[in-house]
Amino acid sequence: MKAMRYRIKVGSLNDIPERLGKTVKIGPNEIAIFRLANGDIRAIENRCPHKGGVLAEGMVSGEYVYCPMHDWKINLKDGKVQAPDFGCIKTYETEIQNGEVIVIL
Amino acid sequence: MTKQKLVLVGNGMAGVRTIEEIIKLAPDRFEITIFGREPYPNYNRIQLSKVLQGDTSIKDITINDWQWYEDHQILLYPGETVINIYPEDQLVFTSKGRKVQYDKLILATGSLPFMLPIPGANKEGVTAFRDIKDCERIIEYSKMYKKSAVIGGGLLGLEAARGLLNLGMEVSVVHLGDYLMDRQLDKTAGKLLQKELELQGMKFYLEKQTKEILGDQKVKGLRFHDGQEIPVDLVVMAVGIKPNIQLAKESGIPFNRGILVNDWLETQAPNIYAVGECAEHRETVYGVVAPLYEQGKVLAKRICGKESLPYKGSAVSTQLKVSGVDVFSAGEIFENEQIKTIMSYDDYRGIYKKILIRDGKIIGAVLFGDTGEGNRLFNLIKKEADIFEYTLSCRNEQNGCSLVATIADEEIICGCNGVKKGTIVNAIQSQGLTTVEQVKGYTNASRSCGGCKSSVADLLEYTLGDQFKRQEQNEPICSCTTLSRDDVIKEIREKVLTMTMEVMRVLNWKTEDGCSKCRPALNYYLGMLHPLLYQDERESRFVNERLHANIQKDGTFSVVPRMYGGVTNAEELRRIADVAEKYNVPLIKLTGGQRIDLVGVKKEDLPSVWADLGMPSGFAYGKSLRTVKTCVGDTFCRFGTQDSIAMGIRMERKFQRISMPHKVKMAVSACPRNCAESGIKDLGVVGVDGAWEIYVGGNGGTHLRAGDLFCRVKTQEEVLEMAGAYLQYYRETAHYLERTSIWVERLGLEHIKSILADKDTRQALNERLDETLSVLKDPWQETINSGEIQKELYKTVNIPVDIK
Repeated sequence: MKAMRYRIKVGSLNDIPERLGKTVKIGPNEIAIFRLANGDIRAIENRCPHKGGVLAEGMVSGEYVYCPMHDWKINLKDGKVQAPDFGCIKTYETEIQNGEVIVIL
Repeated sequence: MTKQKLVLVGNGMAGVRTIEEIIKLAPDRFEITIFGREPYPNYNRIQLSKVLQGDTSIKDITINDWQWYEDHQILLYPGETVINIYPEDQLVFTSKGRKVQYDKLILATGSLPFMLPIPGANKEGVTAFRDIKDCERIIEYSKMYKKSAVIGGGLLGLEAARGLLNLGMEVSVVHLGDYLMDRQLDKTAGKLLQKELELQGMKFYLEKQTKEILGDQKVKGLRFHDGQEIPVDLVVMAVGIKPNIQLAKESGIPFNRGILVNDWLETQAPNIYAVGECAEHRETVYGVVAPLYEQGKVLAKRICGKESLPYKGSAVSTQLKVSGVDVFSAGEIFENEQIKTIMSYDDYRGIYKKILIRDGKIIGAVLFGDTGEGNRLFNLIKKEADIFEYTLSCRNEQNGCSLVATIADEEIICGCNGVKKGTIVNAIQSQGLTTVEQVKGYTNASRSCGGCKSSVADLLEYTLGDQFKRQEQNEPICSCTTLSRDDVIKEIREKVLTMTMEVMRVLNWKTEDGCSKCRPALNYYLGMLHPLLYQDERESRFVNERLHANIQKDGTFSVVPRMYGGVTNAEELRRIADVAEKYNVPLIKLTGGQRIDLVGVKKEDLPSVWADLGMPSGFAYGKSLRTVKTCVGDTFCRFGTQDSIAMGIRMERKFQRISMPHKVKMAVSACPRNCAESGIKDLGVVGVDGAWEIYVGGNGGTHLRAGDLFCRVKTQEEVLEMAGAYLQYYRETAHYLERTSIWVERLGLEHIKSILADKDTRQALNERLDETLSVLKDPWQETINSGEIQKELYKTVNIPVDIK
């Protein structure tokens, strides 16, 4: 069976502050949404693979977020943890439509 | 002895460098006259692209200022060109009708930009990119127009294009080849470069030949040979340069592509020499700076009558100066049947390396993404080293040997200025140099393009060993930069930088947006330096300081309200209890600093918890004053000699909220029994009969350290005055995240004492501290009052959907 894909409106682009994260709870999923310095939107699972830190509160730098718990550096595009640590988190596709941010689950 | 007359035509990098060398060899031998077309003193043309890119100003790229000419009694005629030479009479004539006699004449007329002879090339809005005037014209245009095109996808064209992007223009790069920098890079590297630059916002038209520049008077667009047209308002031609040989031509001095010179840089006319981009040596004309400097050295010796080895030509390397892109190439770069390669390609990180080998010798290299090995490879290519030498040094490096340790003393570290490893090591040892800046000042290494700074730093470390490591002030603040804390502060002051992004851009950060180390550090330094102007950047703050609460491992927060001096009352306690019940606070804990911690508060609840508490933030999360712990004092205690509570409350009220390099803890005890533990605080006060003792640099945490007795004063006012000066001195001199216990040891207690012994210094420090304090507000109250802050920082989006 092919998995269904859901397109979910999570709010207006203007509500997401630049270079900061926003926690979005969609049903049981907790997602961290970021608006990068270049205006791009990224969405990742809000859980660091290390000790479950909330990534939405991390410092955003370029394409990376630093976990607020133990400073793990995670790529927002592909979810990969940067060396010397390792691991991976789920990333979600996003779209912007008429100023609304849409996350595709 | 009368001085000989030396005339230099051309006030550029090659000519003036030759003059510098001559002055070094024979300071009083010549009466020197220089003619320069541009109305400026000698400047660093290589850095023009950085001016365009906004990283630096025209003033900063001056190599020798007006004073230098005066100091060496050089007669400079700026804005005046030589239009004719009479070799038989040893005379030059200038554009202003001047006639000057010479004994020796150096031609350093440089190059002219090559302008494509296509229809429309003379329209308004078509410019070269060669000198300050071009640079200014481009900047001017960028203020009025939006669309620009650069013709030429080589080194110069791409540097110009990056500049245009920085100026806010849309940029199209038109290039004849099928990939960028096709003279210096192979296709793989060229394509990687294109991808990177496209991400930066450039648009590329490859395999396109421009047929015509469209428009009436002003440029409107470009038409290519295939008929395609694109609209543009500004066209920068960067297709190449040609030696400026006009003067030689008119004066009958033999030339080919450039002015012909022999191995001593002598032209075929007596007493006339040529150096730099205008000279052709063994059928080669050079267009990068390193060979020009090598020529200058040989020529200077020749003119001064000193023996020197002949100039035999130079190997050249190329490095692109575009922020965020690392490209290096040297030697031969195209494979053929005789050539073998060592190649690695990391698509994921965008790193590409190719080393070309013929008959076992290294003959060329291309690097993309990581150019750290560039200098070493270039040295190996120049001496046609065996490939074995390279693979061996790689192995040494893996075994933990320092890279600079393995290379020979004769090898060049600074390619632009030809500075050898041995020269730098000698200078470090004999002159006691300890910083990259000093090495630059003494040896010229890293003076031109700055690409070898990290190698110079490695050499310092290699030469000085632990001594270098211990000098923490020279360590870069993080891996995004080679600059130390002191360098950064100096630059912020000098260039009046006001935002973290600006600091990173102007100081050539290696990363686009910094990292979790430098961002908070820069935010602190900027706030410390510009207390009234600086807008604190919440996105450069660690979460605790951004949200004004301590994050816990489950993503909830803890709340510690301020209780000045550890004193509370029934009404406050009642409110705290009510809040704990209302918000189901899972844990109430007494802290080590005489306060109450509400642990496990949800982020969304924070603003209303604070509002209900009606107490100011205790900054238990901050790089700031935490608490002033006090004992009961002489109001009740039978041993107390002073009112420690009142003193503590005054200190906490005065110094609260201020940003510090790290957290600061204080305590006041009323007698030497020291119940408030003043001996292990960043600043501890102990009351004795009729006086207060002040202890500094104590620490009860990671770096357990007993505080040092700093001084003894009489009154509460004096305690505040001394504490204020001490805190401000710490704020101004400590590294970000350096506790006072480390700072006191680094600076030395006696040094700090001697600084603060001076009353005027203390007053000045206190004035700066008071200025900073004057604009601080309680952050909890600010959040309570601002719906916007609450929405942006504290609200979570909840979407109740049912996904199976």
